[in-house]
Amino acid sequence: MRPFQYTRAPSLAEASHLIAGKDALAIAGGTNLLDLMKLQVETPGRLADINRLGFAEIEDTDDGGLRLGALATNTETAVHPRVRADYPVLSRAILAGATQQLRNKATNGGNLCQRTRCFYFTNIDQPCNKREPGSGCGAIEGIAKLHAILGTSDQCIATYPGDLAVALSALGATVEISGDKGERSVPVRDFHCLPGDTPWIENVLKPGEIITGIVLPAPVGGTQIYRKVRERSSYAFALVSIAAVIELTDGKFSRADLAFGGLAHKPWHDQRVGDALLGQPPSDTLFDKAADILLEDARGFGENDFKIPLTRRTLRAVLTQATEDAA
Amino acid sequence: MVDSITVNGTTHPMPDDPRVSLLDFLRQHIGLTGTKKGCDHGQCGACTVMVNGTRINSCLTLAAMHDGDSVTTIEGLGTPDEPSALQRAFLEHDGFQCGYCTPGQICSATAMLEELAADWPSDASENLEGRVAISGEEIRERMSGNLCRCGAYANIVAAIEEVAAGDRL
Repeated sequence: MRPFQYTRAPSLAEASHLIAGKDALAIAGGTNLLDLMKLQVETPGRLADINRLGFAEIEDTDDGGLRLGALATNTETAVHPRVRADYPVLSRAILAGATQQLRNKATNGGNLCQRTRCFYFTNIDQPCNKREPGSGCGAIEGIAKLHAILGTSDQCIATYPGDLAVALSALGATVEISGDKGERSVPVRDFHCLPGDTPWIENVLKPGEIITGIVLPAPVGGTQIYRKVRERSSYAFALVSIAAVIELTDGKFSRADLAFGGLAHKPWHDQRVGDALLGQPPSDTLFDKAADILLEDARGFGENDFKIPLTRRTLRAVLTQATEDAA
Repeated sequence: MVDSITVNGTTHPMPDDPRVSLLDFLRQHIGLTGTKKGCDHGQCGACTVMVNGTRINSCLTLAAMHDGDSVTTIEGLGTPDEPSALQRAFLEHDGFQCGYCTPGQICSATAMLEELAADWPSDASENLEGRVAISGEEIRERMSGNLCRCGAYANIVAAIEEVAAGDRL
């Protein structure tokens, strides 16, 4: 690990000031950042420890929703009584990721900011436009099994690796952000960016900005499913994952909030997919139509071509299960 | 007030270099070599310790981040004469071959039993709420952060299952 100056940030304002500098990063749980620092993918000159700043509470909001402190751990969130009862897709998504040791340390804010597990990004001897702009993308014609099929660019085909944010996207959660210009809120669905020509920009945080919380809207109930397809049954990243909040009324879909992991540089949400289901009775034909819309612009890169049919089948499985559970 | 970490009840001053991981602090600064370094990237679980009662990978956290915290390592769990219930069960069930992963396995399982007692669900749990039914599948999922390259998994699961079942009596 390269040498760095360590500062325990005494206040949110001070933390913002510390990390506004070019060579500085905030550290919370650190499970992803320290891994990357050991690999010298990240070499910050200054590290601002934000763990003592508070905002670790999970608390009810005035409108019946729930506010997850950015510094609450993934475990504290997954096992919280209200998350388990009112937002089960979120508990399930968190529990499907990483290991208990990692979830016990990793924070909600840090989870949103975690970096891709693309092999070319994490290996400093390989080209990567994300890590070293202009060096090229090794994955496009290389090892690309975990890589994206939607929203890719000729600069980068990496995926966002997380599970938590996929559930937050289906639930329509909002990210609360604090910076030197004040506070702002961004829907989770708009928080992460597609790679485009700037794959090193992964989310909308500006220099000095820190996530302070995540707000879940009032619970909507329904059948909630998080289905994660992976190469081993525990401690593996998603090839494809789907977070679904589904309701049927009089035999027809009356709610279909869907988000997808493992497919893109961000948790994928396509309003048209859910809209295609609304008002319709469940059928395999309908599920295929939803998959057609979702995968209209999907593109494989050889090794990950399988993700296109896998996504179609996983969507069908989730909607079939939701239909059965709702019956 | 000098920054300090308490390990198994004894308080130690913080290292000067902020790069020192909690794992290296334990092994190289205060001489507690029971906690093992396997991958040093949070993948193998050999470095698992409990911080304020919660199990974490000590390789993926800086000692400097743990001012005032209380750490429990394998050295704090039992003695050769008076092993903990899990340590005894690992011996009885032959829950290891080379033994390198064992301190991490036992620290991890010790905290896992507390998580079970608190009815925290896992990915393998049928329901998110209520009592968790103890099973081999539950234990495997909850211990997936601890690898054993000798492949002593069957006996590790048996050892943990016996202690977990005993706790329920």
